[in-house]
Amino acid sequence: MSGALKKRLSKIATWIATFLLMIVMGVPGLWVVLSAFRPNREIMAKPAIWIPENPTFSNFAAIFGFGDAQVAIPVLSYFTNSMIIASTSTVIALMIGMSGGYAFARFRFRFKNSLFLGLMLSRAVPGIALSLPVFMIWSKLGLIDAKLGMIIVYVALNVPFTIWLIDGFFRQIPKEMNEAAQVDGCTRWQAFWRIEFPLARSGIAAAGVFAFLTSWNEYALASQLTRSTDSKTLPVGLMDFTAQFTIDWAGMCAMAVIIIVPALILTFLVQKHLIAGLTFGGVKG
Amino acid sequence: MASINLNTVVKRYGKTEVVHGINLDIAHNEFVVLVGPSGCGKSTTLRMIAGLEDISGGEIRIGDVLVNDLPPRKRNISMVFQNYALYPHMSVRENLGFGLKIAKRPPDEIVRRVDEAADILGLTELMERTPAELSGGQRQRVAMGRAIVRQPGAFLFDEPLSNLDAKLRVQMRTEIKKLHQKVKTTVVYVTHDQVEAMTLADRIVVMKDGHIEQVGTPMEVFNHPVNTFVASFIGSPPMNLVPARIAGGEVVLADDTRLPVPGRLAGRVTDGQEVILGIRPDDMTPVGHGIHDSGEGAMLSLPVELAELLGTETLIYTRLAGQEAQGKMFDPRDVEPGEVLEFRVALDKVHLFDAGTGRSVRLD
Ligand SMILES: Nc1ncnc2c1ncn2[C@@H]1O[C@H](COP(=O)(O)OP(=O)(O)OP(=O)(O)O)[C@@H](O)[C@H]1O
Ligand SMILES: [Mg+2]
Repeated sequence: MSGALKKRLSKIATWIATFLLMIVMGVPGLWVVLSAFRPNREIMAKPAIWIPENPTFSNFAAIFGFGDAQVAIPVLSYFTNSMIIASTSTVIALMIGMSGGYAFARFRFRFKNSLFLGLMLSRAVPGIALSLPVFMIWSKLGLIDAKLGMIIVYVALNVPFTIWLIDGFFRQIPKEMNEAAQVDGCTRWQAFWRIEFPLARSGIAAAGVFAFLTSWNEYALASQLTRSTDSKTLPVGLMDFTAQFTIDWAGMCAMAVIIIVPALILTFLVQKHLIAGLTFGGVKG
Repeated sequence: MASINLNTVVKRYGKTEVVHGINLDIAHNEFVVLVGPSGCGKSTTLRMIAGLEDISGGEIRIGDVLVNDLPPRKRNISMVFQNYALYPHMSVRENLGFGLKIAKRPPDEIVRRVDEAADILGLTELMERTPAELSGGQRQRVAMGRAIVRQPGAFLFDEPLSNLDAKLRVQMRTEIKKLHQKVKTTVVYVTHDQVEAMTLADRIVVMKDGHIEQVGTPMEVFNHPVNTFVASFIGSPPMNLVPARIAGGEVVLADDTRLPVPGRLAGRVTDGQEVILGIRPDDMTPVGHGIHDSGEGAMLSLPVELAELLGTETLIYTRLAGQEAQGKMFDPRDVEPGEVLEFRVALDKVHLFDAGTGRSVRLD
């Protein structure tokens, strides 16, 4: 077999493998999206029907309370809660992550390494393991079923990762950039915002997307700490579709689509930064 | 345009002191080069002048203003970094104009001054590129442009040429010299390359281990090194340094080779004194192939171990009192290894250092 042919075959094999992998990963998602547009009866049909025979928006109408709803769900409240909690906690986590990441990358201080290690180790503890203590403390502080309570939890969940990621980006920027800016007439603060921040922007954007998606999709802790429309988030709201004896699969799928779409839009909007961010490029020269 | 004065300046990192109370007065418009081996504190000293390192002790004045506690932006200096530190997200034009923009100069003035600097440095064609799209030499030029645009009181350079290849380095060295003649300003330039130091400096400051060993014009430092360190550091190839003893008005080497004590140093040494004899390769030349053939001289027969033709001269590796030594043959002819040559040592150019202190006996 000639070398060129071999190369070609291995390329084709790679493609097939990738394709199979994508199918395995993508099919459940596809099933959910397809099911959002068909009635419950068709979802439960055996053998399975793939392409909706009677595509319909009634599932969406139903969960927003129009038409013949099986279960009335306050989707709008959940959506608002999710939005407020995820955005606020992301903004706060980014602010802390930027300050912390910058400090770790640029300054020398006591216990720096232990502190960094501690932050990373905190990621090793599954959040759910802390849910009982958090629940007890939160109930003393009156933070159960409050957006603020969820925001604090998500900030804590995201900060170690954002610090770690952003630290890596600032570390890549030679400190002489900042010094050159200071000699050029900047205060340290100006040097940061005009030089180092723009150069680390991709990393900060990537950290932001990760933080947002983590908060947006989190279920375990939210299911413990939220109760009502005051604070319930979309993933927790999904469970509203399970009644004692029935599950409204159609409604659930429609709502899942509602959860997925903003995440997709966000990822799409910052994808350029995300790719630059994940490949750690862009600061050469 | 500013003078710079360092008064017993000390730098400590924690408990380790790396700069030990140095004194230096740099005149207005002077080009001063700090030179010394790696780790001797050149960069640290420069960065203290720039305000990028705290000063642990002593005083620094720029243009008679005590700057110890002023941030870099208030010191009226600009700096060129070893890695250039161009802003990668800005075009060449924006890089050059950044300082003026921060200083809130009017836009038309910024354009005018940036164009002026670009013109001086031949950057006019490159204004819209980003640093990533430039060659090493071009980046170097942008870094210098950024420094001159602001018309500061002093330029600080930290090994600006060390990232360039040999040919470009020589070219840029000349450009920096020209630039200084065009843009008269005080310059403090750090390098560990003594050729750069010799060619650029009005005055050279030779540093070692956080101390200043000698300050002087290139000529002074080359012709009258104060100690063996300066003698061996300045000049290429380095000065031959051979241990010897003074006996009966002669310099006696380990193998009993004898040379007369040069007349100008006769009163400076005492019988029995342990010394180090210093001879530059240029001053140890085969008879008929020297450049100092008049004046006091002494003859040595030495075997050739290796000869390197450099063009107008040949570098001859030989052995003097059991120690490796180099001589030079100007207007060279072919020489074979093993051949014994009659070398003439120009005694009026020879140095003697005290073996204990390393100091030139001329100074005692
Ligand atoms: N941040 C620091 N902490 C501790 N010691 C330092 C620090 N920066 C520099 N030093 C020490 O100070 C001394 C002088 O360093 P400096 O960078 O000034 O040397 P240099 O003369 O510029 O050398 P080179 O030619 O290699 O650039 C060195 O011994 C170095 O190890
Ligand atoms: Mg240095």
